[in-house]
Amino acid sequence: MTLVTEPASFLQVRRAHPRTARGSVSASAVKSRVYVAMLAFACVYVAIAGRLVLLAETEASASTAWISAQDSVSASRPDLLDRNGEILATDIKTSSLYAEPRRILDVDEAVEGLTRILPDLNEKVVRHRLESGAGFVWLKRELTPQKAEQVHNLGLPGIGFLSENQRFYPGGPTAGHIVGSTNVDNQGISGIEKYIDDEWLSELQALGFASDRSIEPVRLSVDLRVQHVVRDELVKAMERYKAIAAAGIVLDAKTGEVVAMSSLPDYDPNDRSQALEKSRLNRATGGVFEMGSVFKSFTVAMALDSGAVSINDSFDATRPIRAAGRTITDFHGKNRILSVPEIFIYSSNIGTAKMMLATGVARQKEFLTRLHLTERLKTELPENAAPLLPPKWNELAAMTISFGHGISVTPMQTAVAAAAILNGGTLLPPTFLPRSQEEVKTLGTQVVSPDVSRMMRYLFRLNVLSGSGRRADVPGYTVGGKTGTAEKIENGRYVSNKRRNSFLSAFPMDDPRYVVLVVVDEPKPEHDGIGATAGLNAAPTVGAIIRRSAPMLGVMPRFGKGDEPIEISY
Amino acid sequence: MVSRADRSRFAEWLWTVDHYLLAAFGLLMVGGVVLSFAASPPVAERIGVETFFFVKRQAIFLIPAIAIMLAASLMSPRLVRRAALILFVISLILMVATLFAGLEAKGARRWIYIAGFSIQPSEFLKPAFVVLIAFLLSESGRRREVPGVLFAFVLFAVCAVLLIAQPDFGQTMLLGLVWAGMFFLNGISWLIIMALGVIGVLGLMAAYAFLPHVTNRVDRFLDPSSGDTFQVDTAMDSFLAGGWFGRGPGEGTVKRILPDSHTDFIFAVVGEEFGVVICLVLVSVFAFIVLRGLNHASKDQDAFSRLATAGLVVLFGLQATINLAVNLHLMPSKGMTLPFISYGGSSLLSSAMTAGAILALTRKRPRPSRGDVVTVSRLSPSSLM
Repeated sequence: MTLVTEPASFLQVRRAHPRTARGSVSASAVKSRVYVAMLAFACVYVAIAGRLVLLAETEASASTAWISAQDSVSASRPDLLDRNGEILATDIKTSSLYAEPRRILDVDEAVEGLTRILPDLNEKVVRHRLESGAGFVWLKRELTPQKAEQVHNLGLPGIGFLSENQRFYPGGPTAGHIVGSTNVDNQGISGIEKYIDDEWLSELQALGFASDRSIEPVRLSVDLRVQHVVRDELVKAMERYKAIAAAGIVLDAKTGEVVAMSSLPDYDPNDRSQALEKSRLNRATGGVFEMGSVFKSFTVAMALDSGAVSINDSFDATRPIRAAGRTITDFHGKNRILSVPEIFIYSSNIGTAKMMLATGVARQKEFLTRLHLTERLKTELPENAAPLLPPKWNELAAMTISFGHGISVTPMQTAVAAAAILNGGTLLPPTFLPRSQEEVKTLGTQVVSPDVSRMMRYLFRLNVLSGSGRRADVPGYTVGGKTGTAEKIENGRYVSNKRRNSFLSAFPMDDPRYVVLVVVDEPKPEHDGIGATAGLNAAPTVGAIIRRSAPMLGVMPRFGKGDEPIEISY
Repeated sequence: MVSRADRSRFAEWLWTVDHYLLAAFGLLMVGGVVLSFAASPPVAERIGVETFFFVKRQAIFLIPAIAIMLAASLMSPRLVRRAALILFVISLILMVATLFAGLEAKGARRWIYIAGFSIQPSEFLKPAFVVLIAFLLSESGRRREVPGVLFAFVLFAVCAVLLIAQPDFGQTMLLGLVWAGMFFLNGISWLIIMALGVIGVLGLMAAYAFLPHVTNRVDRFLDPSSGDTFQVDTAMDSFLAGGWFGRGPGEGTVKRILPDSHTDFIFAVVGEEFGVVICLVLVSVFAFIVLRGLNHASKDQDAFSRLATAGLVVLFGLQATINLAVNLHLMPSKGMTLPFISYGGSSLLSSAMTAGAILALTRKRPRPSRGDVVTVSRLSPSSLM
């Protein structure tokens, strides 16, 4: 556009040009900007819609998993069986009858059919509920399968079942600590139940496969009959000796399978709340204790295995040992020179400590480590306590450890180590699941020589024949064992009137099949005038367990020429 | 039916207002109450008031909201301008007052208690601010001597300072975005846009670097494992639980543990109970309003009403978009209400004002003639040679 600044002229020109907004910017430019904004918003909304669709699609798979999980919560756990196929834990499946009244076509027909099959239903109430027009009403919970089938066969529209399931332990507390328990969602929270969850079941459930009703049952190494015997005898022992707690283990010496394990007081897994009480913890694998003289078995085995001590050596037990301001004395003091077998059967602390000194502290530490007594022993159960070791493993500590003080281990560890030194020297990690011979071969490690093992068997048997373990003997089963009477520590000091007694044994002693360990906590004298040492309570309890369970375990009694010690010559 | 010959105020309004936009706003308003039945009872139970406390309040606030929207939509563009100025001044005063006499909640002073109502003045500031900026920019385009752009900067600075003082970074950001958007819509050159873009990015980076609160939010968005992402995770769970068709009204369970389920995360509750399909419907209503509003703006001949319409629509659209994006974990979590749907009296009334202003500005008006501009000039004598 030419604007003219020259003086006015009479000539004029008219020029037409497109109308613009009376502003600095043209309307079309602004218009395009608005279109850009519209495009931007459109893109954002498409993104949001896309995200929503994506979420809805993701949901499709997640939701089925959720539903099946919801379904499986109550359903799918494998049965737990003992080694003979007896049920230790199972799911009870019950059907509960509900109705969707809005979908019922003929209330009369429905009421008639239901009350015919389920005569205990109140006809009036049922009719009222079915005519209510509600979306969902319960009619009857927990029908028997037969009744559910009959109702199902009526083919009534708007009538359906929901499957409700519950974990049930037919044995109640009998194997409670082994099988463990589940929470309200049927997830394992302790014992083998938790083990199978951790191993594979929870993943299976997460993937949605666990809704299948036919999951392979899990078979355990436990023998329910023996388990019952052990628990029964422990209950009796607790009553008889007024003990506050007790634990018992029957371990297959040749395979490491746990045949029975009981810890009292225990709980009924059908009533989960009991498991919360602290006193009901699983002492057999979840508690550590100073095992007392039972530990002398390991010291003697160590001394013999090292070669530093031979079975024919003798040690002077006339005087107490004084070390670092502590005095080590004998309970059944003989005050004379004792041979190795005598030290063992008289349970001489002095003699044992001297055997340890003859062997050396480093070797003791190494030997106990070899027996897995210084570290947490893993089992399938989640409840495994770690041993308590002395803060400083010096000579004094080593001497007290030699007779079972100053080191706390679980009863299970003790039984496993005993099996190793008695079965020919093969240490086998314990298991609650059946173990095949091949697995035994690959898992076993030689910890003492077969010779030492034979000598230990001899000593164990000798202790039952003529030592503190006499009350454990069972005719025909050549029981061998070692007593342990440990004073308990209260407020950091040993108190002489509270004891934890144990008896570590195996049978038959010529070729041990089973290791039996019983621990009785704070037993009182059965009647006035006698003591409360392990030989008087733990040993007879073991005897009773063996007497009742050996026949079930298929161990043949052998009656030779009297009850003679097995023939071993050195 | 009202005759077209009827020249009464109401008849004129009825024939000129955009019925579709009106319907969409109405849908959102009613939807907000319906959806608050789903979202607010758990919150009410949590804080210990009567179950339908929030639903009732939302419904009660709906009455003035509808009245305000209809009243505002009756206004002429000139009236809109004046009302915005008055509203702006009042909001500004209230915001200053808030700094001194406000209710402190979660470490911020955003609310002020007046005549039995707690009011969030910044909600009302937003639409007024947008209209004023539109006025300033259009005036500066019309008359060069008006320093509109300068005033626009001053206005924004004042509002931003007051908002940051509360502090309310979400609103500051929203206001800043709308403000910049209006410059953009006003046809600012791409060179300046890029410069502003760089400044904006630098500003965001500075916020990330120097404001621990912002750093935290962004980190959590980029790397969910770095901190507590409970709210967003729960929101995602809501959508997953809902699926296409939802669990059904009242059947939601995730909403019980979702904080702010009745305000910032109401969309997630909708997802859980009514499903993605209803969510898509809701999103499309928002999209419809925004796109239709902008379309109106693009056709508007008057600079002021074009800019004001576009600015208000962008304000409304951005707020909704940010809320939706946060709910869907498409951007870092930022407290932003969903207009009309989220619970909140101030938010509802402010949204109603915005909607009313949009309706007012998009009413059919007589257009200036579209004939060519004719310039008459004298020929220079030299050209005659």
